[in-house]
Amino acid sequence: MVRHSPHDPYRNGSLSGLLASREIVVVCGPGGVGKTTTAAAAAAVAAARLGGKVLVLTVDPARRLADALGLQGIGNRERRVPESAFTDAGVKPMGELYAAMLDTKESWDTLISHHAPDARTRDEILANPLYRNISGRFVQSHDYIAMERLFEIHAEGTYDLIVVDTPPTRNALDFLDAPERMADFFSSRLLRWLIVPYRSRIVNVASKPFYQVADRILGTQFLSDIAEFFILFQSMYHGFVERARSVQRLLADRRTSFIVVSTLEVVPLREGEFFAKALADRELHLGAIVLNKVLPGYLRDPMGATIAARLRDAAGQLADQLCSRMEGADVAQVERVLAEVGSSYLDYRVVAQREAEQQSELAGPPEAFVSVPYFDTDVYDLEGLFRLGARLWGD
Amino acid sequence: MIPLLDRRLLFVTGKGGVGKTTVAAALALFASEHGRRTLVCESDARGDIAAYLETGPTGFHARELLPDLWAMSMDTEAALREYLRLNLRIPVIGRIGPLAKALDFVATAAPGVREVLIVGKLCYEVRERHYDLVVVDAPATGHIVGQLSAPQSINELVKVGLIRSQTDWMLDILSDPARTGLVVVTTPEEMPVNETMELAARVGEETTVELASVVVNRVLPELFGRTEEEIFEQLCRKELTAELGRLAGGDAGALLEAARLAVTLRRTRAGHLERLRAGIDAKVPMLYLPFLFTRFHGLRTIRQVAHSLGEELGS
Repeated sequence: MVRHSPHDPYRNGSLSGLLASREIVVVCGPGGVGKTTTAAAAAAVAAARLGGKVLVLTVDPARRLADALGLQGIGNRERRVPESAFTDAGVKPMGELYAAMLDTKESWDTLISHHAPDARTRDEILANPLYRNISGRFVQSHDYIAMERLFEIHAEGTYDLIVVDTPPTRNALDFLDAPERMADFFSSRLLRWLIVPYRSRIVNVASKPFYQVADRILGTQFLSDIAEFFILFQSMYHGFVERARSVQRLLADRRTSFIVVSTLEVVPLREGEFFAKALADRELHLGAIVLNKVLPGYLRDPMGATIAARLRDAAGQLADQLCSRMEGADVAQVERVLAEVGSSYLDYRVVAQREAEQQSELAGPPEAFVSVPYFDTDVYDLEGLFRLGARLWGD
Repeated sequence: MIPLLDRRLLFVTGKGGVGKTTVAAALALFASEHGRRTLVCESDARGDIAAYLETGPTGFHARELLPDLWAMSMDTEAALREYLRLNLRIPVIGRIGPLAKALDFVATAAPGVREVLIVGKLCYEVRERHYDLVVVDAPATGHIVGQLSAPQSINELVKVGLIRSQTDWMLDILSDPARTGLVVVTTPEEMPVNETMELAARVGEETTVELASVVVNRVLPELFGRTEEEIFEQLCRKELTAELGRLAGGDAGALLEAARLAVTLRRTRAGHLERLRAGIDAKVPMLYLPFLFTRFHGLRTIRQVAHSLGEELGS
């Protein structure tokens, strides 16, 4: 459903204004709603129609989509999607499209190298068993590193527009709060407290109940591993906190906007709404809501329902009348087809109505509302991306 | 393979949005209705299980919602307290200060600590035989391997100490297919199917837990057989569509278009289903649940899904 307002150019159900006016567009929302595809399509259409250099920073694309974007190789490097891929898809691009995938481990290593005061500290950190564990699996590190990488790329100033796909998170807020949490973490008093006995080399772990308990649960070796790691990390403290704050500022900047992607299914939509609210609470700019896989409006036509019911209930009679005009058709089969067409319509109608109702309840109209219909096939090539992109553009 | 409901601990996972919580709740409901004292545990404390089963909020201490059906929400801090109380036998609880903060801290530094507390609590319920079956609404596919492999990782990271000795019996329970199994919920769509196949491979390589079943949710009905499809194509020809509309008293075009959409959706999904079946070890049973063309959600949906699960499980 498109909400019109004569005063607001964004409210025509198009992302065109948003893509033209922002430097960073962060695509977020619940998992499984086509977030990655939407981000790629938005970037592709922006590159094709706006010109300039557009980068899509994606997290976990489906293999076919990754192939389409030329991302088969693992790694952080940005690659240009060849112009021939555009022309093959029947599009003459005004600008250039680049794509990059997020490699958490590699990004962390780069970050450490960047902030480490000297080569020795860097190597010690990179070799620390905890670091290896953290950079590979750190639940929140993925969220943080995505934002960190965005900051880095933006700072380089190579691209006119960066479209960022966000990692699926257990909690929608994780990546928004990741920079802040990272800063908190490294400035935590608890951290300093925890490593005191190790730093002063007085391994008197029995002196405090906390150390005693921690020691009994985790063992001294593990605790000193943790302590060593954080002592090393503390040398990078200021750089890290400053960086995290800068990332935070960038997200809140007017050059950055967020798009929430969802479907109209109950659970994703609830998460999507939650997300929109979280953005508002943090005073981040919600530029658009994109609703994917929206069933066609004709399913909600009351007349359609009447005829569908007729097909379903009077299929035999209708089949008798139709059969003479059909080639080699068996009445019983025609009857089955008609009944099936009728009841299938009515089935989908229930879902379409439920979804329309949910859509009308969506709170807080953002600047743009775009709904994307069900496509016949999955989007996995540039042609598909342009088809989706055209919808996002409001064609 | 050991029948699903003969196991004692089932982790239910899936990509976000495929109906993981619905299936976990339905599985638990079905088991409880078939004479098994069942605990359903939600691992992220969002209250979804309670909402789906239409009961009041659940907490760390299990509550009986329906006959033989208990529910709890995981809370790592409470799990740590319980663990300390059971294992340390020293009155530490009041003396270790900001436990939640300390836990947050250690868990942030050492992934696996939080997970091992969660898995530990679940294994504990199994070991103590408080229930016949524990169904876990586990983290989504991206996080489940981390959770299931936590006891192992901790085992490798922590060389001595209480946690180390505790992980041994957890691993015993987790690696025993007679007791523990993983259920992956998916829908017949591209990304969920890809993730399911990737997860199946990772679970085999990185954890000791057996993949007990794949549940394919929202399978669309097949509209036509081949000859029926030919008839359908004829009906889509302009003059026949007009004739059908005239006979039925309105425009039949939208109906045929809707049927075509349904056929296309079904066909695309059938392709993904085939890919899934070919990509998953043939001895892993797949359970198919139909798409629900209904207005409602909540307990009525859970009952309907439980019923379909029952049919697939052959009872």
